[in-house]
Amino acid sequence: MTDQRWQALFGDYSNASFVELLRATSPHMLPSLSAGSPEEPALPASPHGTTILALRYRDGVLMAGDRQATEGFQVAHRNIDKIYKADDFSGIGIAGAAGPSMEMARLFQTELEHYEKVEGEGLSLEGKANRLAQMIRMNLPAAMQGLIVVPIFAGFDEKAGVGRIFKYDITGGRYEEAEYFAQGSGGKDARDSLKKRYRKDLPKAEALSVALEALMDAAEEDIGTGGPDLVRGIFPSVKTITRSGFGEVPEDEVRRACEALLAERKGRL
Amino acid sequence: MPLPYYVSPEQMMKDKAEYARKGISRGKSIVALEYSDGVLLVAENPSTLLHKISEIYDRIAFAGVGKYNEFENLRIAGVRHADLKGYSYSRGDVTGKALANAYSQALGNIFTQDIKPFEVEVLVVEVAEANGSKNEIYHILYDGTIEDEHNYAAMGGQADEIRRFLKDNYREGLPLEEALQLGVRALMVTQNKALTELDLEVAVLDRTKERRKFRRIPPEALSQILGGSR
Repeated sequence: MTDQRWQALFGDYSNASFVELLRATSPHMLPSLSAGSPEEPALPASPHGTTILALRYRDGVLMAGDRQATEGFQVAHRNIDKIYKADDFSGIGIAGAAGPSMEMARLFQTELEHYEKVEGEGLSLEGKANRLAQMIRMNLPAAMQGLIVVPIFAGFDEKAGVGRIFKYDITGGRYEEAEYFAQGSGGKDARDSLKKRYRKDLPKAEALSVALEALMDAAEEDIGTGGPDLVRGIFPSVKTITRSGFGEVPEDEVRRACEALLAERKGRL
Repeated sequence: MPLPYYVSPEQMMKDKAEYARKGISRGKSIVALEYSDGVLLVAENPSTLLHKISEIYDRIAFAGVGKYNEFENLRIAGVRHADLKGYSYSRGDVTGKALANAYSQALGNIFTQDIKPFEVEVLVVEVAEANGSKNEIYHILYDGTIEDEHNYAAMGGQADEIRRFLKDNYREGLPLEEALQLGVRALMVTQNKALTELDLEVAVLDRTKERRKFRRIPPEALSQILGGSR
């Protein structure tokens, strides 16, 4: 009897998981909207985040996202931020239903920090990517009702010394991208744009310009994606993840890069 | 049928307290000191992997002396308490006071209800915001007794001597280097050997840091700071 008691402690490898803690102690707090069945009509329109992208460059990974959230054919938000810091060496970009996406990002942040504090060291980048895949799979019932969450996860792999990008599908399928990826309603347009301009080992300034141009192209072709808003001064949010950690590209720098691209387009288009 | 031995409650509590105190007094000590930018924690701990001082939440740190497996259990419970609370409300709603109370309740219950009390003392430290509020240091004993301390705190084997030393030597608003040198001197009060960076575990709650204020000071940095005083 007593044998089994202490052996159970060894089997409980999920000790360091915040999600498992929630499941055990307060399951009502786990984000899940699985009350209905897939045959039921979709939920009424709710805010959706649109285009996010990530690309590898010389120092690591650059992530960027437009600032608009849409609700059906309406603009729900003009200055939402879709790229979150997951921990010191990784970020998560959210696309899909805004509510569940932001909740998942928050839960994921807590999960990583919880693990780090309990275990005394952080998860590997691979471990983080897998954990996120499991959380997306948890959301599958809600996804069947239209509340799709498809983030991009990117980070700097300290062991390998490189930036890495992971994309997901709604079933929690996890795929690693070697160069770049874009997700969301304007994702395809952004990918097309990236395909033309992306090169390996770009310096930061060029990587920034490539990313911003991809977002502009997406905004031009996709009604859900917001372009740079010169009147209100709203520009895409851009983050970098490198050897020295997660950082934000200052808005000033983004604005100048946007203006340079717009000026160049003015003569050409 | 043989009658069970009668032990008066008073005697039982006394025995338990003595047992717990004995266990704690065998362990090495820890001091906490308020310095100009936050709170410094210094522990005598030759292990670099098994920590006595750790992070609980953005502005909260934990330190334990006594039996490792017991305060490690308390530490993990604290991380869970803090993360659950921060996730269900907001990060700002996680306070050292609530956590210290939870520890006090837990240790109090264990002391009265279990046969063997925990042989531990813990510190819960919360660093003040930049807005002029005060640092909080809670000291919780093996029987759930809780005290809030100001400026400095000590616990472990030779806590009384260390406290006396700090009472005479502590000044408010010390910079980090001086606070650290003072803390190390305090730990050396009861022993005749000098403590080097290899015998110490040091961490700070640094108010000037972003969000997560907890930071360990690695041995290289320690030896530089301590070297200056030798």
